[in-house]
Amino acid sequence: MTVVFVITIALLTVAAGCAIYRAERGPSMLDRTVALDVFTTTIVGAIALEAAYSRRATTIPILVVMSLVAFVGSVTVARFAAVEREEEGRIELPPALGDVDGDEQVAADADAVERAEGGER
Amino acid sequence: MSIDWIGVADVVAAICMLLGAFLAFAAGIGIVRFPDLLARMHAATKPQVLGLVLMLVGVGLRVHVWSVVGMLVLVVVFQLLTAPVAAHMVGRAGFRTGKVVHDDLVVDDLTADQEAALAEEDESEAAQEDRPPSDASG
Repeated sequence: MTVVFVITIALLTVAAGCAIYRAERGPSMLDRTVALDVFTTTIVGAIALEAAYSRRATTIPILVVMSLVAFVGSVTVARFAAVEREEEGRIELPPALGDVDGDEQVAADADAVERAEGGER
Repeated sequence: MSIDWIGVADVVAAICMLLGAFLAFAAGIGIVRFPDLLARMHAATKPQVLGLVLMLVGVGLRVHVWSVVGMLVLVVVFQLLTAPVAAHMVGRAGFRTGKVVHDDLVVDDLTADQEAALAEEDESEAAQEDRPPSDASG
């Protein structure tokens, strides 16, 4: 039985390591969100593994909390990633609306104003 | 001749834990190796439902307490309710911020719908411009 648990711990550790690697690399905020989701699931798996190994039930409520926190975290990031800064990810529209220069000019002006305000602080 | 039921449950639990951990491992590999957001989301869903259910079945088989089983069922229900919502929001945000490679998609209904909606909007705007100004102000 111990062999099984050692193998399981090894698999979970590799999974968590990969998830952290992607969370550090991940080109966009959403990649990091997905990676951290996997990381949270791996942590849940590790806690479940501990409970199964020691046959104790004290750590089970943590699982409930973790599954809820993971949801709130990923939804919040997904919500705010839609309003990332202009250069990083702007709302993509079909090409027909993309060639309206006026909107882009307004957006660029607003961005410049923002940057100027940020510099004054 | 009596069967050692606790031993049987332990073996089944060990198999479940191994399978669940393997799914988590596969998700880790996939999330590093896959090229773009949607492919990574695909990999990430593997341990979120099936892997978690397998590992929690393993816990339930090892810990023989009914209140624990109730909490494990609660975790699975939460996960089944929240994972699709979170994935939907991540995918939607990714699509709208241009992180989806359209050439890789086999089916892309959303872009077609967007273009249809735009064409409809253009038509209605053109129809309004054709009307006399007194009508448009009303």
